[in-house]
Amino acid sequence: MFESVLVANRGEIARRVIATARRMGIASVAVYSEADAELPYVAEADQAVPIGPAPPADSYLDIGAVLAAARKTGAQAVHPGYGFLAENPEFAARVAADGLTWVGPPPLAMAQMGDKINARNLMAQAGVPVAAGTASPVTDADDAAAQARRIGYPVMVKAAAGGGGIGMSAAAGEPELRAAFDTARSRAERFFGSPAILLERYIARARHVEIQILGLNDGRILTLGERDCSVQRRHQKVAEETPSPGVSAALRDRMLQAAVRAGEAVGYRGAGTVECLVDTEAEDFVFLEMNTRLQVEHPVTEMVTGIDLVEQQFLVAAGEMVSFDPASVRYLGHALELRVYAEDPRRFLPSPGTIMEWAEPSGEGIRVDAGYQAGNKVTPFYDPLLAKLCAHGATRAEALSRARDAVASFRITGLKTNLPFHAELLDSGEFASGSYDTSVVARLRP
Amino acid sequence: MAEIRAEMVANVWKVVAAEGDQVEDGATLVILESMKMEIPVLAEAPGTITKLAVAEGDVVQEGDLIATID
Repeated sequence: MFESVLVANRGEIARRVIATARRMGIASVAVYSEADAELPYVAEADQAVPIGPAPPADSYLDIGAVLAAARKTGAQAVHPGYGFLAENPEFAARVAADGLTWVGPPPLAMAQMGDKINARNLMAQAGVPVAAGTASPVTDADDAAAQARRIGYPVMVKAAAGGGGIGMSAAAGEPELRAAFDTARSRAERFFGSPAILLERYIARARHVEIQILGLNDGRILTLGERDCSVQRRHQKVAEETPSPGVSAALRDRMLQAAVRAGEAVGYRGAGTVECLVDTEAEDFVFLEMNTRLQVEHPVTEMVTGIDLVEQQFLVAAGEMVSFDPASVRYLGHALELRVYAEDPRRFLPSPGTIMEWAEPSGEGIRVDAGYQAGNKVTPFYDPLLAKLCAHGATRAEALSRARDAVASFRITGLKTNLPFHAELLDSGEFASGSYDTSVVARLRP
Repeated sequence: MAEIRAEMVANVWKVVAAEGDQVEDGATLVILESMKMEIPVLAEAPGTITKLAVAEGDVVQEGDLIATID
């Protein structure tokens, strides 16, 4: 095992990775921008290195600055967290070229899955179901219109190099499609540096369900259950749970098998997630994309399995065996994650500001992964995630009940948060019933 | 006369309109960016832009003037 790891990230995920490193006796190195010097993860790391100004391009996305911090501190490994450089194959390759251990999948697997058009084609070849869609990049609005006629409306327009819901929109007819295409292309160029666009058949009543995989050094691909991520606003996740209340045992088995094939098709190693869309009426699913990194919502899987996924990432990256017996993983109870965002709870608009009070809930089954504390400034430069509030219970009802109490006692003042929205969500008949889909937030906010 | 103000701390990503432009109600004047989200700032009434108080790259605070429409 390596003796030290640089965490190329910020906020809650940097703190979470540092915690497991400490438990395993691995020294941690944090990197931080000028905007983040006061955050808890910087103080909690064994060493911390400033890497530049607040804008991500000048700090967290600056490969040279991150690698220089690794050289300066003698870090032996790099954990990328999620977002920023986590799915950048060039970064992974340069980490390895510098003689450091990359805590992530092989760069080739990242590249193959990073291009969504290539990933779709690869998955179809591997026998994983994909939605009707385009097999090559859509070049202009006329091409998009022709492809959409072939696929059949409604269609989803996406950036091939994209993620995080940015630039995605659904179109029910041609005028909408042309507008969606223009928006998607300008965002794709701006955020992802590639104008390639794909179209996919849009499933109106769908659940977003993903499978956690773990690729071992002997080539085996393990699965660790699913997470239901259907509670979304602007195509971005707000709450997740496991097990999914909308997936039958038979459908789950088929999805787990498909996720194994997906991992095998790219020679996957380490933690990854295969995202699927489940058509609740047809009891069927299609492959959406694969995230070649640790997922934001990984804690719910940890809560029901008792497995520390960051520890497994470290072990696999170091060439070792995972810490648990793959044949005897047990899934206990139900877990729920609520993403606490710095945003107003009505329209979900960003709300940067200074945190005056910060009092986290605690108690049986409660876990809070927080990136901030009282006195911290939440700046407009990064995503609005303040903390992940997770609740575990023997049953879904118990997990929800614990989550309700925890939301009510989580005190954050000084800026707006979406905690009031989470209280409403947990009390809504639709969410409480478990029978919801990706439009649940839209129905709560008509 | 209508004053359009920023609803939150944000960076000015794009200035779409210019002083002297005739705009419709709901026209996009500038696009702000905060927390990885683009937030269009819209005209709240039809008229002429008499003042455009921000430039691309500026940082605006909550309540800062963005534009005046007459």
